[in-house]
Amino acid sequence: MKKEDIRTIVATDCGSTTTKAILIEQQGEEFRLIARGEAPTTVEAPVEDVTKGVFNAINELEEIVGRKFTDGDTLLKPKKGSDGFDIYISTSSAGGGLQMMVAGVVKAMSAESAARAALGAGAIVMDTIASNDGRLPHQKIERIRKLRPDMILFSGGIDGGTTKHVVEIAQILAAADPKPRFGITFQLPVIYAGNKDARELVKELISKKVALTVTDNLRPVLERENLLPARHLIHDQFLEHVMQQAPGYKQLMAMTDYEIEPTPGAVGTIMQRIAREKKIQILGVDIGGATTDVFSVFQGIYNRTVSANFGMSYSISNTVSEAGLDNVMRWIPFDMNEKDLMNRVKNKMIRPTSIPQLMEELIFEQAVAREALRLSLIQHKEMAVSLKGVQKERTMSDIFSQSSDSSLVNMTTLNMIIGSGGVLSHSPRRHQAAIMMIDAFLPEGVTQLTVDSIFMMPQLGVLTNFHPEAAAQVFEKDCLIYLGTCVAPIGAEKDGKKCLEFKISMPDGKVIQDELTFGDIRVYPLGVGQVAKLYAKPAKNLDLGAGPGISIEDTLYGGVVGIIFDTRGRRPFKLPENKSERVAKMQRWLSSMNAYPNY
Amino acid sequence: MGQAYVPGLKVSERQIVHKERVLPLKGEIKVKIGDKVKASDVVAATNLPGNVELINVVNKLAITPAELGSCMLAREGDIISKGQMLAQSKGFFGYFKSSCQSPVSGTVENISSITGQVVLREPPIPVEVHAYVDGIVEEIHKDVGVTIKLQAAFVQGVFGIGGEVVGEISMISRGLEDEIVAREILPEHAGKIIVGGSFIVADALKKAVDTGVKGIIVGGIDAKDLRDFLGYDIGVAITGSEEMGLTMILTEGFGKINMAKKTYDLLSKHNGKQASINGATQIRAGVIRPEIIIPLKNIEEDKIKEAEIRKDVGLTPGKLVRIIREPDFGAVVKVKSLPVTLMKLESETMVRVVEVEHPDGSVRVVPRANIEIIES
Repeated sequence: MKKEDIRTIVATDCGSTTTKAILIEQQGEEFRLIARGEAPTTVEAPVEDVTKGVFNAINELEEIVGRKFTDGDTLLKPKKGSDGFDIYISTSSAGGGLQMMVAGVVKAMSAESAARAALGAGAIVMDTIASNDGRLPHQKIERIRKLRPDMILFSGGIDGGTTKHVVEIAQILAAADPKPRFGITFQLPVIYAGNKDARELVKELISKKVALTVTDNLRPVLERENLLPARHLIHDQFLEHVMQQAPGYKQLMAMTDYEIEPTPGAVGTIMQRIAREKKIQILGVDIGGATTDVFSVFQGIYNRTVSANFGMSYSISNTVSEAGLDNVMRWIPFDMNEKDLMNRVKNKMIRPTSIPQLMEELIFEQAVAREALRLSLIQHKEMAVSLKGVQKERTMSDIFSQSSDSSLVNMTTLNMIIGSGGVLSHSPRRHQAAIMMIDAFLPEGVTQLTVDSIFMMPQLGVLTNFHPEAAAQVFEKDCLIYLGTCVAPIGAEKDGKKCLEFKISMPDGKVIQDELTFGDIRVYPLGVGQVAKLYAKPAKNLDLGAGPGISIEDTLYGGVVGIIFDTRGRRPFKLPENKSERVAKMQRWLSSMNAYPNY
Repeated sequence: MGQAYVPGLKVSERQIVHKERVLPLKGEIKVKIGDKVKASDVVAATNLPGNVELINVVNKLAITPAELGSCMLAREGDIISKGQMLAQSKGFFGYFKSSCQSPVSGTVENISSITGQVVLREPPIPVEVHAYVDGIVEEIHKDVGVTIKLQAAFVQGVFGIGGEVVGEISMISRGLEDEIVAREILPEHAGKIIVGGSFIVADALKKAVDTGVKGIIVGGIDAKDLRDFLGYDIGVAITGSEEMGLTMILTEGFGKINMAKKTYDLLSKHNGKQASINGATQIRAGVIRPEIIIPLKNIEEDKIKEAEIRKDVGLTPGKLVRIIREPDFGAVVKVKSLPVTLMKLESETMVRVVEVEHPDGSVRVVPRANIEIIES
């Protein structure tokens, strides 16, 4: 169909937990979002077919608008009368997070490097196989077969060193003859990043059994680690190979009018567009059920990381485990029974599509989300260094250390945070999304906050590729929700001590002049589309981006929440150790934010 | 209308089950198509290469890798026994010699003058694959394994730990709301699969291991008790290789939750019969749920018919569903109606809901995402 004839578009995003459908239609001169439907992603028996979830989500659209878009198991295209639609497009991350096995010759060396490469690429490392891991070969073989990893990365030996042990690992892989978890027509991707002299031997052994790709050695010499080539290859393989193996993916490909894009890729397209058009530095996040994807554009350089182990459903238990229950609990403004909490986390893990019905369950999930976001940002900051192309030198003495170089991600120069994903887009109150992002990312200085209205950035990302006007119109009018601007000084002061004097020139000419004490959150209303001028002078120990005690002038953008002054401190940001004191403060801050009905 | 639901877990009185039994390496198939097999029968076997033992001989002898060759007493390809001297240093004028003994019996596979390591290979290890279920050999996968077909009662759990075990079902609780407590686990439960109602307490789990219980099927367990039992926390639900001395299957979830009546009644009906259970769980796209297979006896082979594949997987009034989230987590209720309009929950979330009728006749509203159909 010609672009100018397109009037009605249905777009879906098949997530690991839910499939989201949106209906976009031309109304007068512009395209607008008309309706949104959602259904669980269907990758579990008895309906192991991702297209079933797609039809279920589109059926929801039919119910909402009272028109027909499907006829049994076919899509009604093109539009005839009031029924049907012109174009169907989709994004997908239905395969869930990337789950890898890694292998190396020596557990504490090449196998450890392989694990680090996989973790840095956003994978969950299911197991690490090494020649000296104490297991018998058949136990390793059984383990590889039983775990059904999405991908295997194996390494071993320095360039020019012995090839024998690497070959031994390859023999184990060949014996395991590992199969991918979806379908038998695909071959399991295996990346070899070991001794370059062993490449041909490895190829000979396993290239017929698996989809083998070869890249630079993770450890070309003993003292140096070179993880970047393997990490990039893992990303590419995941997006192009693993994801396509979700049950029913081929049928989905046949249904769409344009190529299916991986969800993170499509979201990245939108993020880059915002940064380019607004000429700003942005930090974006898409928090899903299995993974949290972080995007950033700093100094014009775009980076994306997929933290496959931090999500809100499939990997919620991992998120809590990695963050520590105490770190999750610190965001909860009341006392909760630890045993009960652990049960709730595990129940969400085993039934990932369920949603919080009670307020306390919502508050708990939003506490977990803060930690998933915080941890994902840490991973992103570490990766954003590597992606510059700087090779990380590691010496024998810091094999076990995790030191990080200075990252491209600079929270002080950051202009805008964009939140997306179920827990942010579907927060019953937008104020919750704002405080979750502030708590997790701790923006410094003056930062604008936005959120994807109903989690449709992936669909708009793919729409951008063939109908940029429609994508732009829907994006501006229906997608991005402006929450407001956060003003947060860096540094610490005594609680209750005066820390900031400010003056806001409001759009109606009024001037708000006030001062703030340390350890507080205060919100001033400034509506969507409104712009105000800020003049602020921090106390001598505090910094708003210009230096300690130095005044700043900046622009404040309004939103559904308004202007949020956060004087709780940065570098470090500290919550009270004492439980009752912490709970009291959380209640006060959440009340200032109007986050929940009781606080 | 109403397709947006969570797929349910299977609780089937009778269905055809196909079990694939596969060797870790190519080997010999011990049965032929049509053979009747018992769960304990060996259906395929192979010899796996022995374990590899790496010994850093140069470190042990305090010599350089270049000197290794002249100090080695065994050569590549030699068969050696445990404790046999592999290498000896020349010492100081023939005195103060250091030696290195073989920690295992096997073959000397490689002597490296670059790394100074000696690789020993232990003898091949015979591995056998058992049928796991009583049934009929349906298909042979050349050199790799077989598929066994049987008619069975089949139950899917929601989460489990541990691998395949076969044992007699022993109902030890009096009702689906009963907890399994330590004092009820008796010596006669050794080698059996015990079935409880709503919950197992931590000390009962330990007692079960000590008693030699093979398997536990129960409604729920506290996540904290499971973590303490395993010694680590489960981050993502990928299980099956735990070696804790037993296999455990949860039918409902974490916490104290009554076992669904349908599941409890089915297991009660087969009390004393043999069951094959596997706790392996993988919750991600391409889900694997733990399974309970109870072979049904006295069924003629030619009478086995494939169970009809259910196409009606939608949610309709009258259907039994389980609530899978607080409040009322675990309750089995009947669908009353499926309102189309979105409704606001206590959490202020606007969602599509289902109206359900509880056994006491009360009618409540639950998000559609928070129920699962009890499949049959």
